[in-house]
Amino acid sequence: MSKTYGILGLFDTPKAIYAAAKEVRDAGYKNWDCITPFPIHGMDEAMGLKRSKVPVFTFIGGITGFWTGMAIAFIMGQLNYPLIVGGKPYFDFVFPFPIAYELTILLGAFGTLGGMFILNRLPMHYHPVMNYEKFRRLTDDQFAIVIESDDPNFDEGTAKGLLERLGALEVTMVSGEETV
Amino acid sequence: MPRRPIIENNRGYGWITDKVCGIVERKAPMWWWFAFVLAGMIASFTGIGLVILVSSGVGVWGLNSPVMWGWAIVNFVFWIGIGHAGTLISAILCLLRQKWRTSINRAAEAMTIFAVACAGIFPLFHVGRVWFAWFLFPAHGYQAIWPNFRSPLEWDVFAVSTYGTVSVLFWYMGMIPDLATIRDRCQMVYEKRLPEAKTKAAIAFEKFFFGFRKLFYGLLSMGWRGSNRHWSNYEMAYLILAGISTPLVLSVHTVVSFDFAVANLPGWHTTIFPPYFVAGAIFSGFGMVITLMLPLRSLFGLQDLITQYHVDCMTKICLATGSMVGYAYGMEFFIAWYGSNPYEGFAFVNRAFGQYSWAYWIMISCNVISPQFFWFKSVRKNLGLVWILSIFINVGMWFERFVITVTSLANDFLPSSWGYYSPSMVDIFTFFGTFGFFSVLFLLFIRFLPLLAFGEIKALGVPESDVHAHDKEAH
Repeated sequence: MSKTYGILGLFDTPKAIYAAAKEVRDAGYKNWDCITPFPIHGMDEAMGLKRSKVPVFTFIGGITGFWTGMAIAFIMGQLNYPLIVGGKPYFDFVFPFPIAYELTILLGAFGTLGGMFILNRLPMHYHPVMNYEKFRRLTDDQFAIVIESDDPNFDEGTAKGLLERLGALEVTMVSGEETV
Repeated sequence: MPRRPIIENNRGYGWITDKVCGIVERKAPMWWWFAFVLAGMIASFTGIGLVILVSSGVGVWGLNSPVMWGWAIVNFVFWIGIGHAGTLISAILCLLRQKWRTSINRAAEAMTIFAVACAGIFPLFHVGRVWFAWFLFPAHGYQAIWPNFRSPLEWDVFAVSTYGTVSVLFWYMGMIPDLATIRDRCQMVYEKRLPEAKTKAAIAFEKFFFGFRKLFYGLLSMGWRGSNRHWSNYEMAYLILAGISTPLVLSVHTVVSFDFAVANLPGWHTTIFPPYFVAGAIFSGFGMVITLMLPLRSLFGLQDLITQYHVDCMTKICLATGSMVGYAYGMEFFIAWYGSNPYEGFAFVNRAFGQYSWAYWIMISCNVISPQFFWFKSVRKNLGLVWILSIFINVGMWFERFVITVTSLANDFLPSSWGYYSPSMVDIFTFFGTFGFFSVLFLLFIRFLPLLAFGEIKALGVPESDVHAHDKEAH
C-alpha cells in the first residue's frame, strides 16, 4: 500500500462542497469521495453515483420471508403433524398470510440493513481518512473531498491544484499508514 | 411565503452537535440519578409480581370464570399501542416528508422499543410456566406438536416479535451516523474532562470512562465515516425501512385486534376493530411521546430543536386520532343497533350503563373529550396543560382496552355465568412496575445514546443544507 492515501480538501458549507463535487466528477476522477456529516440532497448526482443496490437485498429478503412463512405453515400443518383444529383445513394460503406477511417484513428489513452494510463494507475498524487530524469535524460541521491516490488519473500536483481552485479551506495529504 | 422553520434561532451545525452530544458527554444531572433510582424501585414491583406469579401459578392473578382474560392482555395491548407512535413518526411521517419528525423520531423510536419490551412481559408470563414460553414459536418440542397457525394468537407472536426486531433495526440504523459523531468527539471530551478530575479515583474513573466510551461508541458506529458513497446506500436503506415499517405498524395492531375480532364474543366480533385499534394505538403513542418529550425538552434546554411547531403537530395528531377513536366508539353503537343482534346490542348498552360503566365513562372522557381541547391554539401553547391532557390520553387508552376485554367477558351469553372481575394485588404490582421498567430503559437511553437524530436535523432543519435553495427561488 502506498504511503499516500489521497489528497483531501476541506469545505465548510454544503453549497461549496456540492459545487466542488461536480467539478471533481467532471475532471474525470473515479476513486474519490465526499465526507459529510449528513446526507446532502443531490450529492449522488453531483458525484455521478449510480442508484443504490440496497433494494435488491430487500427484495431477496422479502421473498425469502414470504415463502418461509408459507412453507412452515404447510410443512408443519399439512405434512409433519396434521391436526384438525376448529374444522379448518390443514393448509390454505389465507390463514398463514399474517405469518408470511410479517416474515416478509422481518427478513426484508434484515436484508435492507445487511445490504447496506455489505455494500458499504461495514463494519470497518479503520479507514485512512480517519488519519486526517480534523476528521472529528467531518462528522460534525465540516465537509471534505478526498481524491484517492489509486485513481488512474491521480497526480498529486493536479489534484491539489484542483481542490485549491475549487475554494477548499485547506488542502492536505492524507497518509495511508495505519496509525491507531 | 417563507416556510415555518423547523428549528428556531438559526442554530448552526456545530451548535446542534454540541447540544445533543453534550447530553451524553456531561456528567449525569442530579435529577437523572434521582429518577433512575426511583424508576428502579418502581420496576422492582414487576419483579415481585412475577416472582409471586411464577412461584405460585396464574391463580394469583384476579382471573376467574367467566373473565379469563384480564389485566395481562389489557396491559399488553396498552404497551404495544404506545409503541405505535414511534414507528408512525419514524416511518409514515418519513414517507410523507414531514420534516418536523426529525426532532422527535429518535426518542419516539426508543419509546417504541421499550414499550414493546414492557408489553412482551405479559404474554410471556401469562403462560404460567414461563420456561415453556418457547412453545409459542415453531421450535420442535419434545411433544412434536407445532403451533397452530390458524390461531390469531400465533399471528400475534409473529407480528409482535417482528415489530420489536424491525423497530430495533430501524432505530439502530438511524443512530449509526450520530454514534460516529459521538465516537469522534471522545478524545476531545476526555481532554476536557480530565483536568476537572482532582482525586486519584476521579482520574482513574475518567480514564476508564474514556476507554469504555471509545469501545462502546466505536463498536456501535461500525466504522462509519460519513462517506457519500455510504450515505447513498444508507439513504436508500432508510427509505426502504420506512417503506416496509409502514405496513408493519399498521399490521401489528391489526393482528392484535384479531385476537379479539376473530373470537365470536359480542363486542369483540366486529370488523371495525383493525382500523379502530390502529387509530387508538397511534393516539395513545402520541400521548406518551408528549408525556416524555415535554419534560425532556425543558430539562435539557432543547427548546430550539423541539419547538412550539412540533408540539402543535403532535397535539393535532392526537386530536385527529382521538376523534377517529371517538367515531369508532359511536360507530360500534350504531352497528350494534343497526345489526339488530340482541347480544351485540346488549354488549354495548351494558358497556355504557352496566357494572363497568365507571370504566366506560373514564374512557370516553379521557379519549374523546380531552383531545378536543387541542382545537384551541391557547391550549396547545400552554405546555403544562398539554402535558396533563397527554396523561389523560394514556389513562383513557388503558381503560379502553380494559373496557373491551372485561365487559364482553364478564357479561356473556348466559346470565347465570356472569361475574365481576377485579384485579388482584399481584396484577397491580406487575403492571405498576412496568412503568418503572420502561423509565429505567428510557433513562439509560438518555444517558448513553443520542437523544435526538441530529444528523437528520442538520440535513432537514438547517436551511443552508439545502444546496438547491437558489434554484427553487429562480422558478
